[in-house]
Amino acid sequence: MNQETIKLSKTEQRLLNDFQRDLPLDPRPFNHIAEQLGVTESEVIEMLRRLKAGGLVSRVGPVFTANRVGVSTLAAVAVEPSEIVEIAGMINRYPEVNHNYEREHKFNLWFVVTASTTSQLRQVIEDIELKTGIEVLVLPMLNDFYIDLGFPIEWRDQVEH
Amino acid sequence: MNTEKLSSQQLQTLLIGEVEAGLPLVPKPYAEIANRLGVTESQVIDALEELKADGCIKRFGVIVRHRELGYLANAMVVWDVPDQSVNKIGELFGHAPFVTLCYRRPRRMPNWPYNLFTMIHGFDRNHVLEQVGRLRDLVPESEFPSATLFSGRRFKQRGARYSSTFLNPEAPKTRISSDIKPNLIT
Repeated sequence: MNQETIKLSKTEQRLLNDFQRDLPLDPRPFNHIAEQLGVTESEVIEMLRRLKAGGLVSRVGPVFTANRVGVSTLAAVAVEPSEIVEIAGMINRYPEVNHNYEREHKFNLWFVVTASTTSQLRQVIEDIELKTGIEVLVLPMLNDFYIDLGFPIEWRDQVEH
Repeated sequence: MNTEKLSSQQLQTLLIGEVEAGLPLVPKPYAEIANRLGVTESQVIDALEELKADGCIKRFGVIVRHRELGYLANAMVVWDVPDQSVNKIGELFGHAPFVTLCYRRPRRMPNWPYNLFTMIHGFDRNHVLEQVGRLRDLVPESEFPSATLFSGRRFKQRGARYSSTFLNPEAPKTRISSDIKPNLIT
């Protein structure tokens, strides 16, 4: 489901765009949103449920700072295109893997591994190498230059408002 | 470390497990979480405040999924930037509104010469490429190699799960070096 197949009202657009950060840590955070949008608290909750069910909203909650909670790394493998689905499936089986994307490059499968400890992280990567027989490119974050203020959404004209 | 401090940390750890997949979509989400954990609503709110204040939580709100919003093309754009200017260029790129991640990562020679990673979302490939051009224009005086890795299939995407995670209060606010040494895989 995407912008083409789900009709978004102006209110829903604002809900998606304007509340990506600073959700108040107040007993009734959705009521705070409701007041800003001029709708009821239960309408906000309903909209969020619908947007979540439609996949537009991943969740309402925190984004954790990388490596402050647990340790994580980006990793990549170069696999035969004909084997990518199978290898991706093998990698996805690890609960420590939370992103896994195909990308256009010799290194064509990119994933993020997050674990509680460095040794657990190493173990997962070594295990992936053992099971797939493919060397993993390990690219941990050294510096973060991105100030996460949320993502300003541009709405395309053809979308019904 | 006194007992009070320890228990607040234990609560934070439990709380991370509760909120990482998102708040329950109910009128009083913090009260519901408190109920699950057997603590009070204000303890939950205070612990979340602490996690925000000390930088563990970078952002707290509605987390959208770009592809479903019509941003059908996205690319990881990687740059081979001289080490002496990577911080300056990283700051510049990291502040561009269409960039959603900007990290320095190690090179892995000879296979991987790139040390600066940006993520760019666009409606289509041209939209992404146009934004890559806008990043280049931010540093007109220098030309460095880059590669644009458009995303193909998404095999998995969800927030990280830290359920059994311990919180590391000693972690620096800005991490310069990593626990994982660049030569982890030799």
